[in-house]
Amino acid sequence: MDTPDTIPTPATPASAANPAAPAAAQEVAPHDDAALTQLHPNYVHSLRLTALLTSIPVLIGGLVFEAVIVEETPIPAGVVMSVLLILSLIFIIRVPMRRFQARGYNMSADRLRVVRGILWNSDTVVPFGRVQHIDVDQGPIERFFDLATLTVHTAGSHNASVHLPGLNKALADNMREDIRAHIKRDTM
Amino acid sequence: MSGELVSEVSTEGGGASAAAPSAPPVDAQSAGVVPQRTAPLSVAFGVVSGLKNAVLPAAFVAFSSSSNYAILIALGIAALIFAVSFVLGYIRWRKLTYTVGVEDIRVESGLVSRTARSVPFERIQDVSLEQKLLPRLFGLVSVKFETGAGGGEDLSLSFLTEDEGERLRQVVRERRAAETAPVAAEGVSETAATQVTPQEEAAEALFTMGPRRIFIFGLFSFSLAVVAVLFGLTQQFEFLLPFDLWDFEAWEERLIGQSDALSSLGRSAQIVGGIIAVLSLIILGIATGLIRTALREWDFLLEKTPRGFRRRRGLLTKTDVVMPVHRVQGIKIGTRFIRYRFGWHGLKFISLAQDAGASNHDVAPFAQLDEIAPIVEASGFHLPSENTEWHRAAKKYRFDGALIDGGVFLLIAVPVAIFAPPFFVLIPLVMAAVFAFAALYSWQFKRHALDDSQIMSVSGLFSPSSMIANRVKLHSVEISQGPIARKRGYASLDFGLAGGSFSISGVPLERAREVRAAVLETIVSKDFSQLENA
Repeated sequence: MDTPDTIPTPATPASAANPAAPAAAQEVAPHDDAALTQLHPNYVHSLRLTALLTSIPVLIGGLVFEAVIVEETPIPAGVVMSVLLILSLIFIIRVPMRRFQARGYNMSADRLRVVRGILWNSDTVVPFGRVQHIDVDQGPIERFFDLATLTVHTAGSHNASVHLPGLNKALADNMREDIRAHIKRDTM
Repeated sequence: MSGELVSEVSTEGGGASAAAPSAPPVDAQSAGVVPQRTAPLSVAFGVVSGLKNAVLPAAFVAFSSSSNYAILIALGIAALIFAVSFVLGYIRWRKLTYTVGVEDIRVESGLVSRTARSVPFERIQDVSLEQKLLPRLFGLVSVKFETGAGGGEDLSLSFLTEDEGERLRQVVRERRAAETAPVAAEGVSETAATQVTPQEEAAEALFTMGPRRIFIFGLFSFSLAVVAVLFGLTQQFEFLLPFDLWDFEAWEERLIGQSDALSSLGRSAQIVGGIIAVLSLIILGIATGLIRTALREWDFLLEKTPRGFRRRRGLLTKTDVVMPVHRVQGIKIGTRFIRYRFGWHGLKFISLAQDAGASNHDVAPFAQLDEIAPIVEASGFHLPSENTEWHRAAKKYRFDGALIDGGVFLLIAVPVAIFAPPFFVLIPLVMAAVFAFAALYSWQFKRHALDDSQIMSVSGLFSPSSMIANRVKLHSVEISQGPIARKRGYASLDFGLAGGSFSISGVPLERAREVRAAVLETIVSKDFSQLENA
């Protein structure tokens, strides 16, 4: 699973499970200044794993309901569990793919643009000249997939920190260095 | 609070500091710089606030216990709390020292765990002085070192003598001037030359409010807050009332008895009673407004000094706040429904520094536009000129807004129509119409504009409020769209503004991109580090 190679090597074996391959993601926000760069394909896997981990407690709750409580209610056995199961399948398989497709970034000579959101879409541009400091974070799941989150902090109250998850770790480090090189002097 | 206590404490304090080798270590490079303590009277103020804490529990014991000794126990508790707060306050005072060093101001405090905070002079934007009523009577001030850190993290010292406060302010200014002078020299700041003068600088009064203006302001600040406070008090001290507040049957009896008495007086007497009640509420509201405004705004004086804007105000609590011009990130001009009809507006500065807990600085709370214009000018902004090219929100945004605002009440109308008695359904229907109409109409007043250096936005149906930001001082630009906005092709523009939020909604997507591109060009042209003296 750890593929530290640079950008796109789509369709890793694990992604065969879903019908729409990451290639379909070209239509990310078909507008604006420059084409967006896609996140690392492993980001879908990490989103799915996170979704899986969060849905497990819900599914266990459903099982308990089916085993213990359902007889005392007028609900036919199995209905609750199957609804939960379908919802979590959507949550695990479909939603991460959509989120991955909705996200993207573009780094030009003097600014970073981050696009995200399926329903509530936001398209943020942070000029390097306004970056106060930069973080590269790796959670345990991201670490497993060799991903990292790049966060740039600004002094503005809105968008005080702009997160860009799903980058290859080495790429995130490089981007940090690039941005840092633009910040001429530390004030404040 | 006698003079006796004062002198006693101060001699004790003086003796202790001489014989205290355990005092925080003096920094080697700032040899000769002695850690100092705050004014000894601070202990007394600590005790006063401790007493406030003691009153409630003591009163509780006194009133709740039926024992004969209740009063004695209560007094004992009060004395104990008093003693504890005195001892703690004294220790805290003994352990808190501040040092004005060569490069920074340090404050060390804490009995068990010691904290030492150092604030370099070059980070101190300025020194604010605040005087609440009681400290003011004794000639004390609390001194706050503004670093723009936000979130109440600024260093402050309570209480120092007025002279010491003024001295600290002067010291900080001199050090700051000495440090920024070389930097300013390479910039284009024409104020740099005058900055170095350590004496009280020449100040130019920008805006003042005399008693007459404050009286008018007070009239417009109608407030029924007193009623709420009274209500809160009756709840708090319910146990003192001779009857049970929540005994509804008793109330009913009382009221019915009353209305019997009233109805026997006849209809006209009832109407007169009602009018008197309403009138007294109005008078109460106006009086509250007058008093609150006078307390807050008395002797309002805004000056432009070479160091920035300096604002002094307050009757009992006097404040003296300084804000450097370059710290002003944006300005807000607001008004209210009635005062707008008479041309009154309020001007606020947006910055990272806090003003008595609020995030914006009141610089002209009640002024005519022609008085506001020079202040705006002085802060490096300008009001929109006549040939400003204004842009409106998207037509579709107008339609959607009206549909949503009215639709909510239409939805409410459905259950009302089913369950409530007939004709009640008219209420939500009328509301729906009113809100839909308001949304349609307010669109006329919603506009934004972009000029060479500023971005401006105006909105508000009955009382327009406008916001102006400096393009170069923005930190990020975001275009965001909800699901409806996305389908209908408009978006919100959100700007990253230090110390405030600036958002323009319902902008056609194409225009939003245009604005963003233009603003970004301006931002990119100047690095953050060059902003300070801009």
